[in-house]
Amino acid sequence: MLPVIQAKNLSIEYRIGKRWLNVIQDVSLHIDPVQIHGLVGESGSGKSTLGMGLMRYLANNAWISQGEILFDTYDLVKLSAAEMSKIHGRHIGFVPQNPLDSLNPSLTIGNQMAEMTQLHLGLSHKDALKRACEALETTNIPEPDAVIRRYPHQLSGGMQQRVMIAMALSTRPRLLILDEPTTALDVTTQAVILDLVRELMKEEQAAALYVSHDLGTIAQLCDVVTVLYSGEVMESAPVKTLFKKPLHPYTIGLLASLPSAAAGQNQSRLSTIAGVAPSLSERPSGCAFAPRCPVAIAKCHTDKPPLEKTTDNHFLRCWRWQDIASGDLIPKNPPIGKREETSPQPGYVLTAQHIHKTFSENSLLDRLMGKTARPVQALADVSIKINQRSTLGLVGESGSGKTTLARAIVGLDTADSGDLELLDMPVNLDLDKRGKEILRNLRLIFQNPNDALNPYRTVRETIGRTITLLAQETLSPINIENRIIALLESVGLTAAYADRYPQQLSGGEKQRVAIARAFSAKPALIIADEPTSSLDVSVQAVILNLLKDLRAENGASYLFISHDLEVIRYLADWIVVMYLGEIVEQGTNEQVSQAPMHPYTEALLSAVPMPDPTIKPGTIRLTGDIPGPRNKPTGCPFHTRCPRYLGDICRDERPPLREDEHGHVIRCHIPLEDLKQLQS
Amino acid sequence: MIRYLVRRVLLLLITLLVTSMIVFALTQFLPGDIARLILGRDASPEAIETFRQEFGLNESLPMQYVNWLGGFLTGNWGKSFAEGNPSVRPLVLDRLGNSLILAGFTLLISVPIAILLGVMAALRENTWLDSLISLLSLSVVGLPEFVTGIVLINIFALGLGWFEATSLIQDDYNIGDWLRILTLPAITASFVLIGYITRLTRAGMIDELKKPYVQTAILKGLPFCQVIFKHVLRNALLPTITVIAISIGWLMGGIVVIENVFNFPGMGSLLVKAVEQKNLPILQAVVVLIVFIFAAANLIADLIYAALNPRIRLN
Ligand code: SF4
Ligand code: SF4
Repeated sequence: MLPVIQAKNLSIEYRIGKRWLNVIQDVSLHIDPVQIHGLVGESGSGKSTLGMGLMRYLANNAWISQGEILFDTYDLVKLSAAEMSKIHGRHIGFVPQNPLDSLNPSLTIGNQMAEMTQLHLGLSHKDALKRACEALETTNIPEPDAVIRRYPHQLSGGMQQRVMIAMALSTRPRLLILDEPTTALDVTTQAVILDLVRELMKEEQAAALYVSHDLGTIAQLCDVVTVLYSGEVMESAPVKTLFKKPLHPYTIGLLASLPSAAAGQNQSRLSTIAGVAPSLSERPSGCAFAPRCPVAIAKCHTDKPPLEKTTDNHFLRCWRWQDIASGDLIPKNPPIGKREETSPQPGYVLTAQHIHKTFSENSLLDRLMGKTARPVQALADVSIKINQRSTLGLVGESGSGKTTLARAIVGLDTADSGDLELLDMPVNLDLDKRGKEILRNLRLIFQNPNDALNPYRTVRETIGRTITLLAQETLSPINIENRIIALLESVGLTAAYADRYPQQLSGGEKQRVAIARAFSAKPALIIADEPTSSLDVSVQAVILNLLKDLRAENGASYLFISHDLEVIRYLADWIVVMYLGEIVEQGTNEQVSQAPMHPYTEALLSAVPMPDPTIKPGTIRLTGDIPGPRNKPTGCPFHTRCPRYLGDICRDERPPLREDEHGHVIRCHIPLEDLKQLQS
Repeated sequence: MIRYLVRRVLLLLITLLVTSMIVFALTQFLPGDIARLILGRDASPEAIETFRQEFGLNESLPMQYVNWLGGFLTGNWGKSFAEGNPSVRPLVLDRLGNSLILAGFTLLISVPIAILLGVMAALRENTWLDSLISLLSLSVVGLPEFVTGIVLINIFALGLGWFEATSLIQDDYNIGDWLRILTLPAITASFVLIGYITRLTRAGMIDELKKPYVQTAILKGLPFCQVIFKHVLRNALLPTITVIAISIGWLMGGIVVIENVFNFPGMGSLLVKAVEQKNLPILQAVVVLIVFIFAAANLIADLIYAALNPRIRLN
């Protein structure tokens, strides 16, 4: 069977300054018909460049320096731009990462979809619109004939991505290239989109290249997976082989650093990959992975291993794969660092009672026209308690109010009403009225370390400032310097980092500095809003371990917000699930992960793609999108999407809080016993 | 939509009313007695009294304003203070017509050229073509209008004789005659506008070209022209639309220098003359009309903006 597309010894170079740097080195891969081929790698691995490069779509400063791309009877490398545009859209479809920005904001959906089939299939505008409707119908978009008249910003993220997929498939291309198509979406929407891609690819008998950093979605969607590191193929194999019997030390390390891997082995720490990926300009001359490889030998540092075919479609670039395959060699990355464990202590660091927050979002236009918008309820009567030395994990889709709650507690947004207590001290809702003692004990770690660190300050200045500002006593310069060094060491950085500026640090290092700064005041509670979501999995593992260690050492507690349920389940003692500004369930980690659970929690868990192709994906799917806070549903706020909807009672009556004897709380009309039965 | 339109038109009317009041109030603070200023030092008291009677200057200030407003709305714009006291309305409307024609012609020349240059510069960002266009548009903006005007007159009117050096407009002029008169002043004004609009279009295009939807359009296989003109340009031009509206205001009242160089009978020179001569009835009418055109152009620009940009909804 002839492959749909085949890259042979492909190299892509970028010009940076006066030098040409290899981004993609000697990559060969092929995609067979009706196959979904996963391309996985961390940031900087070149996976997007390769994905786009296969379509001959490259940045202005990049070019294909070597190799061929065989597609149909052509070598795409040799085609002119005009010839390529006859293949783009017609034979190779593309689904991008960010659907909103990838649609033209000022043209209707119908118009944008129709121009594809008008151009490639020669349909009239009217027929093309009809075709667009039909294509949308296959993606289960409600009311396609209304959707084609809308503009992109009037659709939700999930709908926009369905439009992109429908559009790409409307010309029945033979190959679809998807570049991180679900990264911008909530896990619930992601599950729906993945189902859809799976189904449509089968229906259309098309092949696909699925580019992603997310091992979970790769495992659930793809037939064959290629692992890219530093612009080279490290391993390529059918999905089950790759996840169950990986042979390359990098693949093995990557899979082991996933939080779910730790959960599976009841491990309390994540295994990590030492060091960071090399930058483009300092690629090692031997094996690209050698500086970080736990089983590297002398030869690895000098000679580049070839890409070898082992058995049944399994390709490897490693000198020692035979030893690994035979079981003589086990490349294990021991979890480095301390191994202290803590369990929650009685007594509360923080209690938040009946927190309410409304926003009145007036647009500029509204104000000009003298309209006052209805206030939007962001938090409705939210109460949480955080034990000493514990981690509270907060989950929910975007729009669930989890970030608002964190901001209200830190004081970045002032809550309308409610009581806050930190270490039995009352906390004013207004940040300006909080004393130094409160500020010192309540610190925040942001999602994006780039925004959190002042680019014009060295690490020393950044941390030193916080120490001086919040110190209880006046410190001598030597004391401060010692604190800074101690803090840097506690987050695994050497003293040499003190003189660096943020732009000289990698993403993981920046986040470590941000963590060091948060701990500089010896706080009682640290609020971390998605602190690892902008990081690669191998870096995430390091940060999660670090957070655990620091908690043990300093006796601090965390309020940890994440959209990633696996991370929450790895780290949290207590889990709170929020939906539309309300808490729908809370309990210990075990309680929340097992039946009985709130139907919303059940749906969230079912949507998580497990990085294990043998685990069947969950089947519970939420229809529709999370309602905007302006149209919060009556009764149970979840009733518009609930798979276990009971009837009028859910629509009309606010469900009661049901609590079992262990403090596990669920807000639902279905009694706990019945829920348990339904779910087991 | 309708409600928005009604609101905007009402706003426009209020603006006009307020402007007319301000102009009216300001003219009252001119030093000295208007009648004496107009008639001269040697005028007899009787002549002055007659003048005051004739133009209603003896009435109270609010009354004068109400009278003026009533007259203006019913088409009686009063009489000029100048020799022979000609009626204001035909005089001003005549000038308004001339100015509108010149403005329209200027935009017709400058906007397409500027947009084309801007698009070309953006598509060839950081190449010699881009630098050349930037250099030209910058230097052209910097050139004083009278210099451009005089150079153009010397070459094309006095030298080659293709166009008229001065603008004597007669009733029986046909299109050819109009072109001979309009071309040089319009080109002079265009120089300034092309400079601005080119740079704005270039910046807008460069911004838009970086956006992911352009990548989508290319990967849909659309021909290059369609990508640029259907997808990118309409978004890139949004800021330009507002600037074009503002430049209409400038063309109506702000090109006095050009009007003087070419002796063009437009609103700008009329305005200046009215101020010099303390010719209040003319001044009032001219200012109100300029403000009206300016505000109307802005309203139309906003409507076009909203039509091109569905993210802004009017209701
Ligand atoms: S070739 Fe050597 S360094 Fe590279 S992955 Fe294999 S064992 Fe490790
Ligand atoms: S109350 Fe009804 S709608 Fe709400 S979660 Fe329970 S079953 Fe679903």
